[in-house]
Amino acid sequence: MASVADTWSRPAVGLRRRLADRLATLVVTGAFLLAVAPLASLLATVVSRGLARFDAELLTTSMRGVVGAGGGILHAIVGTLVITGVATAVSVPVGVLAAIHLHEHAAGRRHARALSLLVDVMTGIPSIVAGLFAYALFALIFGPGVRMGVMGAVALSVLMVPLVVRTTAEMLALVPGHLREAAAALGAPRWRTIVQVVLPTALPGIVTGVLLAVARVVGETAPLLITTGVVASVNANPFAGRMESLAVFAFDQYANPGVPREPYLQRAWAAALTLLLIVLALNVAARLASRAFGARTRR
Amino acid sequence: MSSIGAAPARRVPRRLGDRLLAGMATSAGVAILATLAGVVVFLLIEAWPAITAPAAEIPGGRGLVAFIAPLAFGTVLAAVLAVALAVPFAVAIALFVSHYAPRPLAGPLASLIDLLAAVPSVVYGLWGVAVLAPASRGPIAWLADHLGFLPLFAGPPSVTGRTMLVAAVVLAVMILPITCGLAREAFAQAPRAHLEAAYALGATRWEAIRMAVLPFGRAAVASAALLGLGRALGETMAVTIILSATGAVTFNLISSDNPSTIAANIALDFPESAGVAVNALIASGLALFAITFAVNLAARAVVGRRARRGG
Repeated sequence: MASVADTWSRPAVGLRRRLADRLATLVVTGAFLLAVAPLASLLATVVSRGLARFDAELLTTSMRGVVGAGGGILHAIVGTLVITGVATAVSVPVGVLAAIHLHEHAAGRRHARALSLLVDVMTGIPSIVAGLFAYALFALIFGPGVRMGVMGAVALSVLMVPLVVRTTAEMLALVPGHLREAAAALGAPRWRTIVQVVLPTALPGIVTGVLLAVARVVGETAPLLITTGVVASVNANPFAGRMESLAVFAFDQYANPGVPREPYLQRAWAAALTLLLIVLALNVAARLASRAFGARTRR
Repeated sequence: MSSIGAAPARRVPRRLGDRLLAGMATSAGVAILATLAGVVVFLLIEAWPAITAPAAEIPGGRGLVAFIAPLAFGTVLAAVLAVALAVPFAVAIALFVSHYAPRPLAGPLASLIDLLAAVPSVVYGLWGVAVLAPASRGPIAWLADHLGFLPLFAGPPSVTGRTMLVAAVVLAVMILPITCGLAREAFAQAPRAHLEAAYALGATRWEAIRMAVLPFGRAAVASAALLGLGRALGETMAVTIILSATGAVTFNLISSDNPSTIAANIALDFPESAGVAVNALIASGLALFAITFAVNLAARAVVGRRARRGG
């Protein structure tokens, strides 16, 4: 801790000031360690309790006809993949195109500033409200009580689009202006400049942003609880019937256990572990993609 | 001179590709606006039967306002408490990462905190109810014994530990990364020269930080607190799982008699509701949307003011 500055200033610094400095260091370091404690405890808990049922049966069977012990999360994995996949397929084109509009076509104009403010505010929509929106939309068309995979995808898209717009716009802003000018000087029309020069340069950054956005929504529970519902068997069709996701499965096993409770709680923790592994994998992938981006902008 | 250069350019017709891309990009922007408007419109349409229904048909039987008000109280109580707990920690952690931690460690330590943001809320909920709630029984009994004269800790302490206090602590952990991240960014932008000038005048590290770094980050911390508040207001699953809610309106944080929150109440009751009860829940969701929208707008306004002033 004794840096050069400390050694030189020691004779001149009074005891009170020195104590205040030491106290501040202690408080700041202590706060950091205290903040890491829940993360460590959480990871340890999820791993130790999740491993009890983290086996082949868990990953290869559904809950169809299962009462008590046994059963698995295959239906929830399929549901998570389909719902998140549809949401990503909707959000990425809309988000990237909107960012192109904001940054390449309407940059600096008043409606662009208003739109980007609204996009920012949209990132703060509570996930349960996004779920209610999807329910309200589909209830008007199909009547009350409707549950479908695509409703969950709509809800997740509401949460994902603003995230994709924001990161894409940030990445477009990082693309050096001289690349655009060089393309224009070569006689390329604007759309070719955007499609063949600007987007490929920003691509790794956009991929990072999309992966992080997927990681954000893949663990969403509340909007799916009220739109896609709870079901025991595999359903891969987002347009017909209920579809369970991993997060909803974990919550349902915890909240509505049978007797005895133990197998239900074990399945809940195993699903939580699976979900955590998926989210961590997405984060690692995002980091790798952004490393590629760093290499490209340095060149 | 300029007329020679500009004249041919003006005659070139807009290319098909340009119009296509611009059109697609514009419609994506319009689609986002339409979605945002749709959130309000569709929620209003589905909430309308509850707004016009006679008071007796609303769950609780005393009208929509009496249905939403206690939930709104619980929502605001939990969120404000979470922010009050999280902000001092967020500032301290941001300072640790930007000014105290050894340089090569700063990056990895920051991503460790960001990892907290990646954990799904349902996992936080399960952790809270399985680990934190049982662990809180000792401390809340102590609080009730020694600080019981405060309305916050009046007790009697809950035997399960599934209290407002534990829910708020978990919410605080959940909003820590976003709050800390914004503070960290602002502190990192504090001019290095001010810090060095403070050192040159003989300031200790803490004095230098107080003079040259903290004033610089004040607006960022304020807007980070508001953004964290917005998050905490809308957070659903952690509260749903942890809190054993009875619908009471009380500031008592450690008893087994807890107010519910709007979001948690929707998640718990929606799957089993039908008829006007569904409409009433959607109306409460609309109220939640209005509250979070206002908070987020305020957060952006603070950021915007800072950006205009700081350039």
